[in-house]
Amino acid sequence: MSTNEHSEFIDSDTGKLGMWLFLFTELFLFGGLFIVYSVMRSKYADDFHHAALELNAFVGATNTVVLLVSSMTVAMSLTAIQQKRGGKAMGLLFITLLLAGVFMVNKYFEWGHKFGLHLYPGSDVMKSLPHGEIMFFGLYYMMTGLHALHVIIGGILLTIVILKIKSGKINSEHYLLQENGALYWHLVDLIWIFLFPLLYLIT
Amino acid sequence: MTNSSTSVPLNYLNHKTGLWSWLTSTDHKRIGLMYMYTIAIFFCVAAILGLLMRIEKLTPGQTIMTAQTYNGMFTIHGIIMIFIVVIPGLAAVFGNIFLPIMIGAKDVAFPKLNLFSWYVFITGALLGLYSQFANGNSPDTGWTFYVPYSAAASSNVVIALTAAFVLGFASILTGLNFIVTIHRMRAPGMTWFRMPLFPWSLYATAWIQLLATPIVGITLLMVIAERTLHIGFFDPSLGGDPVLYQHLFWIYSHPAVYVMILPAMGVVTEIFPTFSQKPVFGYVPIVFSSLAIALVGYFVWGHHMFTSGISYESRWFFSFLTFLVAIPSAIKVFNWLSTMYGGSVDLKPPLLFAISFIFLFTIGGFTGLTLGSLATNIQLHNTDFVVAHFHYIIFGGMGFAFFAAIHYWFPKIYGRMYNFKWANISWGFLFVGFNLLYFPLFVIGIQGMPRRYFDYDPKFQTGEVLSTIGAFILITGLILMISNLVYHSRRGAIAPANPWHGVTLEWQIPSPPPHENFDEIPVITHEPYRFDHPHTN
Amino acid sequence: MKNHENHVSSDSLNWTVLVILLILTAITILAIKIHLGAFTVALALILASIKVTIVLTYFMHLKFENLLLRLMVGGVFLLFAVVIVITFIDYYFR
Repeated sequence: MSTNEHSEFIDSDTGKLGMWLFLFTELFLFGGLFIVYSVMRSKYADDFHHAALELNAFVGATNTVVLLVSSMTVAMSLTAIQQKRGGKAMGLLFITLLLAGVFMVNKYFEWGHKFGLHLYPGSDVMKSLPHGEIMFFGLYYMMTGLHALHVIIGGILLTIVILKIKSGKINSEHYLLQENGALYWHLVDLIWIFLFPLLYLIT
Repeated sequence: MTNSSTSVPLNYLNHKTGLWSWLTSTDHKRIGLMYMYTIAIFFCVAAILGLLMRIEKLTPGQTIMTAQTYNGMFTIHGIIMIFIVVIPGLAAVFGNIFLPIMIGAKDVAFPKLNLFSWYVFITGALLGLYSQFANGNSPDTGWTFYVPYSAAASSNVVIALTAAFVLGFASILTGLNFIVTIHRMRAPGMTWFRMPLFPWSLYATAWIQLLATPIVGITLLMVIAERTLHIGFFDPSLGGDPVLYQHLFWIYSHPAVYVMILPAMGVVTEIFPTFSQKPVFGYVPIVFSSLAIALVGYFVWGHHMFTSGISYESRWFFSFLTFLVAIPSAIKVFNWLSTMYGGSVDLKPPLLFAISFIFLFTIGGFTGLTLGSLATNIQLHNTDFVVAHFHYIIFGGMGFAFFAAIHYWFPKIYGRMYNFKWANISWGFLFVGFNLLYFPLFVIGIQGMPRRYFDYDPKFQTGEVLSTIGAFILITGLILMISNLVYHSRRGAIAPANPWHGVTLEWQIPSPPPHENFDEIPVITHEPYRFDHPHTN
Repeated sequence: MKNHENHVSSDSLNWTVLVILLILTAITILAIKIHLGAFTVALALILASIKVTIVLTYFMHLKFENLLLRLMVGGVFLLFAVVIVITFIDYYFR
C-alpha cells in the first residue's frame, strides 16, 4: 500500500477518500451560506416570500432537470469506462458538458433579466427595497454565483477527463480521476437540489 | 545505522542539494522544514511587533507610536500569529515531518498536494504581509475582522481577508492529507490503537481543520462581497446582522483554538513517556479525550459572544458546554502527571518545556473557566484578562509545546545535538519572561484595564511596566534559544539515532532519516509505548 | 494497487434513479402549489433530503462503499444539522 512519490498511480480507495473529504469541505462552504439563509429567512419570512416571486420558478425547475440528467450521464459514463467502452464514456461526458452549458446559458439569461430590472447588489433599486428583500437577493446572487462557479470548475474537470480518456490515461483499469470528477459533478447537483426549493419555491 | 563514520550517509537533507531541490521536493520532511523556516520568520516579525506594543505601553499616553499605528500593529500581530504561526504551526511542521514516520509510512498519502499546500500557504502569508504595507494603510480591525467596522474601515481589509481565506485553504489541504494518510498508510500491524498519540492528536485536529475552516472561508468571502459589492449580509443599515458574523466567525475560530492546542497536547504526550522511560498512563483515555475535545470544541463557539447580545438560553448552553470541554483537558493533565509518577524522570530540555507547558496550560485553562462563567465573563470580557488568558493558552500552551517539540526532535531532524546548558538557560529566560509578561495582565484586567487600548489610566502603570520588562526577558530567551538551535543545527555534535531512548518508530531509523524513511516498511506487533521490550529493528 | 471490486452500476439502474428523482422534483413543485402553510418549507426540505440521499446512495455509489465512508458522510450532515440547531438556540429565543 505504499503510495510514495515514485509511484505513478494513487490507489483508488486512497484517492476517493481524499475526494470525499474535499467534498465535505465544499458542503461546509455552502453550509455557511445556508446558515445565513436560515437565520435571515426566519427573521424576514414575508420579505423572502415576496422577493422569491421575482424569480422564475420555471427556469429554476428547468435547470434542476438539466442538472439531474447531467448527473445521470456522468454516472453512466463511469459505468461505460468500467465496461471498457471509452467511446461511450466520452460521448456521455460530452452530453454532460452540453447540459452544463445549457445550465449556464439559463443562468446567464436569468441574471441578465435581473440586472435589466436593476436588481443587483448596490443598485439604487435594490437599496430602496425592504431589508428582507435585499438579504434575499444578496443570498440569491451569492449562492447561485458560487454554485455557478462550481459548475464551471466541474466542467473543466470533466473536460480534462475526456482528454485523458482519449489519450488512454484513463481506462478500465485506472479511472480514479473520472470517479473523482464524477463525485464532484454530483456534488454540484446535490447543492442545487437544496438551492432550488429554498430560492425558487418559497412563494 | 552507522552515522558517525567517515563518509556521511545519504539522508533527506543531503541526497539532493540546492534551493531548487527544496522548492520542488515532495518529501514530507523537507516540506515540514520549509514550513518551519517560514513560520519561524513570521513568528519573529510578529514577536517584534509585540515587543514594540509593549514598549508603547511603558507610559500612559503616546510613547513611541500613534494610536492608529498601535491599532494596525495589534491587528498585524494577531493575523500573523494566529493564521500564519499557531494554526499551521505544529501540524504543518512536526506533523509533516513525523506523522508518516511514526505510522511507518514512506510519505503522506498525497505528496504533491502536500507541496502544493505549502505554496498556497506562502501565497497567503505573502498576501498577509502585503496587506500590512500596501499604501501604508495596514488593517486595523483586529484579527477577528468584526463587522460592521471591517465592512466600513478604509484600510487594506480586503487583502487581509483574502490572505486569511488562502491560508485557510492551505490548512484544509493539510488536514485532508493527514486524515487520508492515517486511514490508508499505516504500516502493517499498526492498528488504530497501536498508533502513537501524536498521530492521534493530528487526526482529531485534521477533522477540525477540514470541517470548520470552510465556514470561516465563506464568511470572509461574504465580508469581501459586502465591501466590494455592497450586499450587506452583516450590515445593519441594509438589514444584515453583525452578530451573525460573530457566530460564523467563531464557528471556525473557536475550533481553531483546538487546531492549535491538540497537536501541542500530542507533542507533550510523546515527551513524557520518553523522559520517564515509562509507558504513557491511560493510552485509551488520552485518545478519546482528544476526540472528545475536537467534537465538543466544535459546539462552544458562543462563549466568545456572551456580551454581544445573544439570547440568555444560548449563553447558558454555551457556558455549560464550555465547562464540559474542561473535562477531557483535565483528563490529559492527570495522564501526563501519572506518566511521570514512578518513572525514571530525566529532566532534559524537552521535558523542561513539556512540564512548563502543563503549568502554563493549566493557568490558561482555569482562567478560561473564569471567562466561561456568565457572570464573571461580563466583568472580564473586554479587559486585558482575556489577553492574558489566551496568551497563556496559545503561547504558553502551543508555543511552549512547539519549543518542547523542537528540542525533542532536533537531533532526529538535523542529526546533530544542541547545547543542553544553553537550552536550559534559554528556557529559564522564556519561562520567567513569559510569566512576568502575561501574569500582570490578569491583575490589571480584573482591575478594569480594557484590551486593545494604546493608552491607559496611570494607576495601571506598575502592571504595564512589569509586563514590558517581562517582554524584554522573553525576547532575550527567544534570541538565546534560536541562536543555540541555529548554530548547532550545523555545528553541533553528531547525534546518535536514538539519543533519548525513545520507542516510537522515528527513533528506530537513522538521524537524519533517509530520503524514504524506511529501507523496509516495519511490521508492528505491539502497542507504541513499551519500554520493557527494547525495540528490534 | 489497482481498482478492485468496484461496483459497476448498470445503465438501467441509473435510468431508474433519474426517473425517481424527476418524480420527486415534480412532487416538490406541486406540493408547494397546494399551500400547506408552515409545513411547506419542511416538506420541501424533506423532499430535497430524500433526493440528496438518493444521489449519494446510487449516483455517488455510497451504497457500495465501505461502512466507514458511509458513517463519515452521515456524520458530516449530522454535524451540520447540529450547528444549525445550536445557532438557532440563539435566534429562536432572542
